[in-house]
Amino acid sequence: MTTRVGVVTFPGSLDDRDAQRAVRLAGAEPVALWHRDKDLHQVDAVVLPGGFSYGDYLRCGAISRFSPVMDTIIEQAKLGMPVLGICNGFQVLCESHLLPGALTRNDSLHFICRDQKLRIENADTAWTRDYSAGQEIVVPLKNGEGRFVADEHVLDELEGEGRIVARYLDVNPNGSYRDIAGITNAAGNVVGLMPHPEHAVEPLTGPTTEGLGFFTSVLKQLVNA
Amino acid sequence: MARVVVDVMLKPEILDPQGQAVQRALPRLGFAGIADVRQGKRFELELEGPVDDAALARIREAAETFLANTVIEDFTVRVEEEGK
Repeated sequence: MTTRVGVVTFPGSLDDRDAQRAVRLAGAEPVALWHRDKDLHQVDAVVLPGGFSYGDYLRCGAISRFSPVMDTIIEQAKLGMPVLGICNGFQVLCESHLLPGALTRNDSLHFICRDQKLRIENADTAWTRDYSAGQEIVVPLKNGEGRFVADEHVLDELEGEGRIVARYLDVNPNGSYRDIAGITNAAGNVVGLMPHPEHAVEPLTGPTTEGLGFFTSVLKQLVNA
Repeated sequence: MARVVVDVMLKPEILDPQGQAVQRALPRLGFAGIADVRQGKRFELELEGPVDDAALARIREAAETFLANTVIEDFTVRVEEEGK
């Protein structure tokens, strides 16, 4: 049976199509999910894509977090379903309290768009098993509010439990505490990532194809489950 | 109609780059002597019914779960007096 990976479209999502394409290239079947539909249509995993849902009104991800589809995703994520939030999706996961901390305005105040080098710190999550710990990859990054913040206690906990999934290398583009580019929950099924692996899956359009590993990882995780 | 005001501010320990940018611009415009600026949000809620304890409790709940992200923000709730 083909693995089904849902990609949610919120009003203002931009990267839902690219995420679907990445899912397909990884060998799974992408399933479009609509923010007002509580039904997850038997998907095995979910991607919350990048974009500017609800125009980033109130706070990034704050309104999407209360959409009907999120009720089901939060419930299923707590039961172990793999969920990857990219950029705006990461913001939605933090607003949902599936992940700790928050994403705030870049310290430079500039919107940053660049090919970003990352180090995969944790290759044991549902979304990073196809990488090795310490592996360096380059994927696009584009955000205005990507600065990860949390109190010292939470940061120490993330660090101590190996829950920092990826860190910025060479340049910290947004002032994220401890160069954090992505984190995971304690179970390792929910991952939030500020850079965009779905834009680095084909040589024609990406700086590399090193983003594909996030999507092949979840496929293996589900097939072996 | 009764008005309730919810003010939301970034917690003191969270860097406010927007406030800093405003603060840096002030002396250029001739407004001297302002040591720090923090930028926040103000919500004005017009209530259909009376402002009683139950209504205020609901507004505090809305502020806590939705209007503010208490991971990074603090909020205050106050009733705006008539005639102001």
